Amino acid sequence: MKPIEIEKVQEKLRSFENKAVYVHLETTNGAYASHVNEKAYNVGAYIRNAKVTFRKAKIVGNGSSYRVGLKTALGWIYAEGLSDWVINEEEQFLLAGHDREGRLMVALEISETPFK
Amino acid sequence: METHVVVIYPHPDDEAFGAAGTIAKFRDEGIPVTYLCGTLGEMGRNMGTPTYANRESLPAIRKKELIKACEVLDIELEMLGYRDKTIEFEDRMEIAARLKGYLDKLKPSLVITHYPEYAVHPDHNAFGAAAIEAVSLMEAEDRPAIWAQAFSNDHLEALGMPDIINDITPFFDKKMEAILAHDSQAMVSLTQQRPNEDPNLDEKERAKLRLGIEQFYTL
Repeated sequence: MKPIEIEKVQEKLRSFENKAVYVHLETTNGAYASHVNEKAYNVGAYIRNAKVTFRKAKIVGNGSSYRVGLKTALGWIYAEGLSDWVINEEEQFLLAGHDREGRLMVALEISETPFK
Repeated sequence: METHVVVIYPHPDDEAFGAAGTIAKFRDEGIPVTYLCGTLGEMGRNMGTPTYANRESLPAIRKKELIKACEVLDIELEMLGYRDKTIEFEDRMEIAARLKGYLDKLKPSLVITHYPEYAVHPDHNAFGAAAIEAVSLMEAEDRPAIWAQAFSNDHLEALGMPDIINDITPFFDKKMEAILAHDSQAMVSLTQQRPNEDPNLDEKERAKLRLGIEQFYTL
């Protein structure tokens, strides 16, 4: 993945507006968080292949860390802490944020075909 | 002497970090070893150091790493195709029946797996429980011995000292080679300083302390 270029990412997000798309949304601090540090909590959530249509998509951020909001008919999809992006060989649009060790902390992915 | 050892863990690299020295010792003695690996670690958060994988490319990368690690250890590999982080939500009896199918075919004298409730990761606990269930479903005279691995912070308090304590120092290089085969996962785990570890030790000394002994409870 490469550092987010806001104009390109905004353009790509817009290309999915008003289409039925598949979304993977995830945040995690790992299954070992409270094992290696008893003061930490294990927290994580993911939803894979949610089929949604969003009418408006926007990315906002300060040059290193970004937020994305997708406005749907009845609600929102939201991710914070995104820093990297790529469009892979399957034309899936991947956004992610990593910690200083390079571990994934958050991911928001959009595809016109289901994720495997 | 064992006739065949079956290792049942859920993630690519569980075999390397947890039991590679023990496995290498069995292979050194000419004993066949088969690894039944539950998932491809699809939901791992280590993406390589520096980052080169992403959520969608990770499964294929970890599959390659797993195959390489099993080549390093010279063991047979079966990939069972469950999804990382979801094993505890599957039907345990269904997984147990599937594992029993492998055990019926392979006829091991020993099964190595995780100790349910004392193995930290929910997949470890659930897959270990299914493996133990699979053995209990076998005819009494066919049942292999079970070595269960516990490493939760409370395991010594709850279970006492493990009865199998393998000093794997003679096979440490092989173990490191197996760990390093899991390139996308290895570096963060190896270099991460843990709160209970002496901060004066360097990475290699820490690795020796952390990984030089492999312990199991006989069930």
